[in-house]
Amino acid sequence: MMLAIKEAASDMSPYVRKTAAHAIPKLYSLDPEQKDQLIEVIEKLLADKTTLVAGSVVMAFEEVCPERIDLIHKNYRKLCNLLIDVEEWGQVVIINMLTRYARTQFLNPNINECLLEEGGEKAFYGSDEDDEAKEEENAEVSPMAKRKPYVMDPDHRLLLRNTKPLLQSRNAAVVMAVAQLYFHLAPKAEVGVIAKALVRLMRSHSEVQYVVLQNVATMSIKRRGMFEPYLKSFYIRSTDPTQIKVLKLEVLTNLASETNISTILREFQTYIKSMDKDFVAATIQAIGRCATNIGEVRDTCLNGLVQLLSNRDELVVAESVVVIKKLLQMQPEQHSEIIKHMAKLTDNIQVPMARASILWLIGEYCEHVPKIAPDVLRKMAKTFTNEEDIVKLQIINLAAKLYLTNSKQTKLLTQYVLNLAKYDQNYDIRDRARFIRQLIVPMEKGGALSKYAKKLFLALKPAPVLESPFKDRDHFQLGSLSHLLNAKTGGYQELPDWPDVAPDPSVRNVELEEVFPTSEGRIGLLGDWREVIKLLERVTTLTRVPEWTKCSSRDKRKDKKVEKPFYSDSDGESGPTESADSGSDSASGSESGGSSSSSEEESGSGSESEESEEESDSEEEEQKKKRKKIVQRKMKPPASESAASEESCGEDQKILQKPKEIRSESDEEDESQSESSESESESEPESESEAEVKKKKKVSVPNLPSKQTRKTTVEKKEMSLLDLDDFEPTTSQVTPVNNVLSNSLVTDLEGLSLTDTMMSSATVTTASSLKMYELLHRIKGEGLAVEYCFSRQPFGSDSHMIAVQLHFTNNTTSEVKALRVEEPKLQSGMRMKEFPEIDVLPPSGSVTVVMGIDFSDSTQTANFQLCTHTRKFFVSIQPPVGELMMPVFMTENEFKKEQGKLMGMNELSEKLVLGAMCQNDHTIVQRVTSAANVSRVPCGSDKECRFAGKTMTSGSLVLVTVVTKADEGTVQLTVNCEKMVIGTMLVKDILQALNQ
Amino acid sequence: MIHSLFLVNSSGDIFLEKHWKSVVSRSVCDYFFEAQERATEPENVPPVIPTPHHYLINVLRHKIFFVAVIQTEVPPLFVIEFLHRVVDTFQDYFGVCSEAAIKDNVVVVYELLEEMLDNGFPLATESNILKELIKPPTILRTVVNTITGSTNVGEQLPTGQLSVVPWRRTGVKYTNNEAYFDVVEEIDAIIDKSGSTITAEIQGVIDACVKLTGMPDLTLSFMNPRLLDDVSFHPCVRFKRWEAERILSFIPPDGNFRLLSYHVSSQNLVAIPVYVKHNITFRENSSQGRFELTLGPKQTMGKAVESVLVSSQLPRGVLNANLNASQGTYTFDPVTKLLSWDVGKINPQKLPSLKGSMSMQTGASKPEENPTFNIQFKIQQLAISGLKVNRLDMYGEKYKPFKGIKYMTKAGKFQVRT
Repeated sequence: MMLAIKEAASDMSPYVRKTAAHAIPKLYSLDPEQKDQLIEVIEKLLADKTTLVAGSVVMAFEEVCPERIDLIHKNYRKLCNLLIDVEEWGQVVIINMLTRYARTQFLNPNINECLLEEGGEKAFYGSDEDDEAKEEENAEVSPMAKRKPYVMDPDHRLLLRNTKPLLQSRNAAVVMAVAQLYFHLAPKAEVGVIAKALVRLMRSHSEVQYVVLQNVATMSIKRRGMFEPYLKSFYIRSTDPTQIKVLKLEVLTNLASETNISTILREFQTYIKSMDKDFVAATIQAIGRCATNIGEVRDTCLNGLVQLLSNRDELVVAESVVVIKKLLQMQPEQHSEIIKHMAKLTDNIQVPMARASILWLIGEYCEHVPKIAPDVLRKMAKTFTNEEDIVKLQIINLAAKLYLTNSKQTKLLTQYVLNLAKYDQNYDIRDRARFIRQLIVPMEKGGALSKYAKKLFLALKPAPVLESPFKDRDHFQLGSLSHLLNAKTGGYQELPDWPDVAPDPSVRNVELEEVFPTSEGRIGLLGDWREVIKLLERVTTLTRVPEWTKCSSRDKRKDKKVEKPFYSDSDGESGPTESADSGSDSASGSESGGSSSSSEEESGSGSESEESEEESDSEEEEQKKKRKKIVQRKMKPPASESAASEESCGEDQKILQKPKEIRSESDEEDESQSESSESESESEPESESEAEVKKKKKVSVPNLPSKQTRKTTVEKKEMSLLDLDDFEPTTSQVTPVNNVLSNSLVTDLEGLSLTDTMMSSATVTTASSLKMYELLHRIKGEGLAVEYCFSRQPFGSDSHMIAVQLHFTNNTTSEVKALRVEEPKLQSGMRMKEFPEIDVLPPSGSVTVVMGIDFSDSTQTANFQLCTHTRKFFVSIQPPVGELMMPVFMTENEFKKEQGKLMGMNELSEKLVLGAMCQNDHTIVQRVTSAANVSRVPCGSDKECRFAGKTMTSGSLVLVTVVTKADEGTVQLTVNCEKMVIGTMLVKDILQALNQ
Repeated sequence: MIHSLFLVNSSGDIFLEKHWKSVVSRSVCDYFFEAQERATEPENVPPVIPTPHHYLINVLRHKIFFVAVIQTEVPPLFVIEFLHRVVDTFQDYFGVCSEAAIKDNVVVVYELLEEMLDNGFPLATESNILKELIKPPTILRTVVNTITGSTNVGEQLPTGQLSVVPWRRTGVKYTNNEAYFDVVEEIDAIIDKSGSTITAEIQGVIDACVKLTGMPDLTLSFMNPRLLDDVSFHPCVRFKRWEAERILSFIPPDGNFRLLSYHVSSQNLVAIPVYVKHNITFRENSSQGRFELTLGPKQTMGKAVESVLVSSQLPRGVLNANLNASQGTYTFDPVTKLLSWDVGKINPQKLPSLKGSMSMQTGASKPEENPTFNIQFKIQQLAISGLKVNRLDMYGEKYKPFKGIKYMTKAGKFQVRT
């Protein structure tokens, strides 16, 4: 047999292997001696990658060696990933096994709940593989320190994530298995998802309903909030079987809280009228429990129950008496009326339990009803012989208590009762009578205890706590037979407690690339890998710079001229502006207008190189520091540089450009970005041509070798990694970079229109660039990376559309075809104009397209699918509020007039202290324009900067005023906008930009 | 896992037993009979009964108790779900699942049970695979089998189980390719005395009958998929696609199957298509009680309410009822006190009513409780939740299938309290 199984376990056909797995428990039950060999086979089969085998082998594992948890380690991730495709019965077994496994391997996610930040965690975990990998690193570090915030093991998360879709299974057993897994393993905040699925199961066959309700009852004690929204689903129908009714009642009682108690009680009232008397009795019990748990309704419940005492059905009355007794014990003083009423009931009620309860009540609180109590005892003494045992015991109790409190009236009666009891048939009653007689009747010898008799009998008794029978059942694994029966069944595997310290998670690491193509294999490499990407990106940007300086800037300039009539205005305004204009023009392109001299041209290219460097710097900075813009205003250096460049010839200048790049590159190799910029600013003030020559000398020699070594290092890295072919410089034009220019030009010009002193700054191009946002990460996009930015240019003829530039980069080795947008899911009012389909994107090629989106003045995301010929990616674009507007040009007077109209609610002001960095109002201008697409309004005072824009769709004016108070070093920011939402968001954004 | 299975009929006879591991004596069922006796109604028998050495898990379907015997810990739902699957399979094979049908096809039943469980662990429960293994009985095949002495069991292994779509058998061929979908919704509601809705929810299913050649890949899209936020699927449905696009994409099993079931919870607003006016009074110390009941349509979107049936358990004190139905017929069983009124179609112009008097036990006091009415009805061509199928597309095959969709709304557990 053993041989046959071994043979079959390595068969080609998964069906045969599955059958082999089935044979294992059979053989084990026949011959337990072979256990060790069988475990070997199980181990082998556990490593099987087909879904067909997984379920059967885990079943065999559970039957043969459930304690060998170590066999699971290596297969854990595989099982999690396969789970959804395993047949349903296998799913149940696997999930149950994994629940136990997870309990031994991971930390309790609820261990320090306050630190659990749900939102952050969600985003963090995402579905991204490298997030996952990052997690891995974190998880390895954090569980060591106990006080540290809890970080879920990624494998733990994997299990939760992969089981969640199974809540949608048609098989109730699978749903229940997932539900118990979540209940036992998930962080508190996430357990809620199972409630809906469990409520859905309630519509199933009554047997399923029975089991589910049992489990819901247990869960609802611990996690009441989870089922509260589904309260009405637990309402009882007259056609439900009694056992279901009772369970539903249990759940309803558990769910009762101050807020919903009134509806629940109203519902209970209808239940009391039911024909099913067992159910009515259970309802009364439930009311009693609600009353004890929720103090506010105690009196209402008590009144309701007292009314039930006049019910014709004896069962109902008896049950009410028992419940009332429990309730009265909580506050007997106020309820002597009820006790009196109940005393009268003794004449009619025959149910022993109820009679006993009444007698006990009267005995306990005989001081509250001093007149009635002896009378009741008298009646009882008469009928003593005919009573049930339980009642007789209570009569004796009552007699004893009365003897102690009111011996004058009841002495004889007590004696009589005790005598009757002495000869009773039941030994328990005889014993009790003897015991009490010794205790209370004073003897000559004077028993030591009789002194304390009063204390013994009339001690204050604690009120009983009415508890759910389902309390503490959750130490059994939910959904198990043991839980259902509340008793340990044969073969039940205890659910282990969470470990204090997580065992080494690395045991689950597998080298199998095929199984986890993305998440696993790269983990170790990831550190360098990212660095390399970063470096490569830098290389591409750097190599790209010279190209655009040559080719595209001219076109851009023309664009500008056409689209912004403003320039011509400012041109006419003053002389200096004009020269500044031409100067900066030459800065943006090496071609200069006819008016500019050759020296200016040189200076232009000089500052150009400067700029390009800064540009690339800032770009890298962005990549590094999450798009924090670095703004470096250097008033002097450019001038000195231009002076230097005057001396050197144009070619030299070009060479100079290169070395500088490389220098900055080598700086970056040291990884410290700030250092590089520092070193740059250090080198800048160095005087004139000397510095340049020095630099030239310094770099020109090691220049080429260094570049080569650089290349080779990169290449070396490349060898070890897969598809890092974006190393090659991209050929296409990158428009965003040009926009940087146009943008900075605007600010420059605006600055110039103010004062002549600003003139020198005209040659300086600021480092402000458009923010690139990631639309599709290259890993998510399987090699296709997409970034987007808001180009702030009008989109076609449609003035409501915001132009969004998409920059596609193909990092794969194959062509990406038919790139297009599909199925935009837009909020109402939003429109989208897709970019024309890109037919082919060659490997390591990139392309930029423009699409238009009308966000209809909201920051809602535009969701759409990005399709290639093979894949679809879901992406979304969310505009920053500042991009929802376009600049408007107006005079100061117009501005003030419009501002006057937008007062009160439409005006928002904020004060802030500016850092030393941006005291300069030029910086302010630049930062505001980078945060919002507005244009500056010329104004007389240099303490105030005004900006105007209007929203794209509705065209409502947006007016921004920034007043600097130099003496205080503060700035007052005022935004006037008809759309208050936009106004508030804008204030926030501008503040952030200014605070940077 | 599952050791043995006993089938017990309504009169308490074990008419079939099957053991997978070792033989468990029939006497184990005595514990079950005991529990059955204790329970007043057959449906009140607890589904799980512990005995000293075994645990009995039973389900009641079609008046037959399926009692499974287990010995060790196993999730009870696992067993219950499996037993229901057995019943479904029987129903699928024999049309009905009755004692007679099982006895007639006892060979097939044993074959099926043998295939469905292996050593107590479910092996093949998918009806498509089973049908490949064991041919459903037809008259011709039974005749041939009895003459030749051969069995129904197929010769080769089910290929389907090995494929990526284990629910579909290979080599399906039809001359008429057709796909029908039935959207059936049931309204569960509790209406209180004053006519206001206490709770109402919709339980919907989409049952499909797909007879398509080859390996068709179907997509079904909805006009308003947002309604479906609480769904459970047949394993064939691609869950990821649903999550992302709210489109049902699947390679269907062959024949009849339940594509999905959904639940529109009580938090949503549910339209109630009928209303009930009632006036039932008992007077103290009188032998007469008044009974008045009128039904009317409400929120039916212009569709007719059909096959209306009202049933109610009257209080024990009622001896007989002399009623007059304006439409349909009524019956009253004086022993079980069950009143049922078969109304038929509701005519909005002339509302059906049932009026008359009840004779009470003389001397008995006025019953405390008022009866509740259980109402059944059907509305054709309407899904009350508003769910609408947008379109059905087929990929992967060349031919053009005939497509059909049907909507229906039914009353589920629809109760009116009085």
